[in-house]
Amino acid sequence: MSVTVFIPTPLRPYSAQQSSVKVNAQTVGEALADLVSQHPDLRKHLFSEDGKLRSFVNVYLNDEDIRFLAKDSTPVKETDTITIVPSVAGGM
Amino acid sequence: MATPQQDNTTPLSNDEILRYSRHLIMPEVAMQGQLKLKAARVLCVGTGGLGSPLALYLAAAGVGTLGLVDFDVVDYTNLQRQILHFTSDVGRPKLDSAIDKLTSVNPFVQVRRFDTFLNSENALEIFRDFDIIADGTDNFATRYLVNDACVLSGKPNVYASIFRFEGQASIFGTKEGPCYRCLYPEPPPPGLVPSCAEGGVLGVLPGLLGVIQATEVIKLILGSGDPLIGRLLLVDSLAMRFRELRVRKDPDCPVCGANPTVTALIDYNEFCGIRGEETATPASAAVPEIQVEDLKRHIDANDNIFLLDVREPHEYQICNLGGYLIPLGDLPKRIHELDSSREIVVHCRSGARSAKAVEFLRQAGFRRSSNLAGGILAWSDRIDPSVPRY
Repeated sequence: MSVTVFIPTPLRPYSAQQSSVKVNAQTVGEALADLVSQHPDLRKHLFSEDGKLRSFVNVYLNDEDIRFLAKDSTPVKETDTITIVPSVAGGM
Repeated sequence: MATPQQDNTTPLSNDEILRYSRHLIMPEVAMQGQLKLKAARVLCVGTGGLGSPLALYLAAAGVGTLGLVDFDVVDYTNLQRQILHFTSDVGRPKLDSAIDKLTSVNPFVQVRRFDTFLNSENALEIFRDFDIIADGTDNFATRYLVNDACVLSGKPNVYASIFRFEGQASIFGTKEGPCYRCLYPEPPPPGLVPSCAEGGVLGVLPGLLGVIQATEVIKLILGSGDPLIGRLLLVDSLAMRFRELRVRKDPDCPVCGANPTVTALIDYNEFCGIRGEETATPASAAVPEIQVEDLKRHIDANDNIFLLDVREPHEYQICNLGGYLIPLGDLPKRIHELDSSREIVVHCRSGARSAKAVEFLRQAGFRRSSNLAGGILAWSDRIDPSVPRY
């Protein structure tokens, strides 16, 4: 089914400047896999070389962190939104 | 050194009553709340983009003691957003400039200055005399330092950060709530996430986020409303969309979890992977460099040099040296446009991106490529001052 992934500003250079991307998936893991297959430049910003989600990138399903759900295997529904929340430090 | 906690029952003077009348007539603040504000001691770490509106509003609201930590000097690029500092302040220490403005906004506020870079040696000592810490810094090492020092000293960390036109805000480090490490256990490797200096920032955005911080500080002092604890507010100023995500306390958090492994402040530069000079990336140290004077000589002598500019097209519009433009991110797919038999000098704004480009080009067989040290900024400094700096 089709869910929306929100792309934060720092990663938009790697998603052809799109702020959201529609993906087809049954789980969060499949959603991210579809995302990086549509936008391969995103891969190294989201995943380490061993394929694990980078620890300074958080993935939310609706308003909940997937680390506190079933992580990659968290199932998704048609109306769900996935949000990528990377750490940013700017303030000055 | 220690300022005694002001007595909550000290009455306000008639001047103060007039000044704070719009607070005093609200039942949610009233005299009791205004006295809490007067007794409160808030530390603003940084007096830049976030710290400017934050400190101005806290001073105006009547927060009795404001601490300011900053070591920086006002420059022209600050003025687009750091509203504490005026054109006439360029070249002055930010603390001097900030204290002038804050005390003229509200002479009843006592301002304490800390003319220093916050570090593991001084953070707990500085935090000791304050009730609430507001983090308006601009790098990961200080973000983690402020977080850990808040958790260790049991003080709330009213947090915001910004990038381009997006911001994040939350409150970390309260007893019951999560900390910054619960949200982001580890920092990104240096260089992967651009800073405001590299990525830019919409000038009003720190205004928006700094005012959210000020609001949360005031609510914590008053003890009213729903504080932003356990919630991360995402602000997208371009879409003008505010979203809220839940932040859970991580029971295994190394600093605020049940069995903490971080029980004292650590070396945050090391934690964030910063070795030695923060600006010197490994790439720039490793690739061959050419100085701007040498490039000028080659150009004047009509030597066969190919100048490659790896900045973005909108930067090329600000100023350029007539180089061939291929943005760093496009280099892999446009490398065929380059001739590996030619001498290639690569430049960007300051020399960091072009160092990465040269590293990439040399690995791809372009053995005659070198990096213009200091980039277009050095060219403007030492060769042609008519080239604008940005």
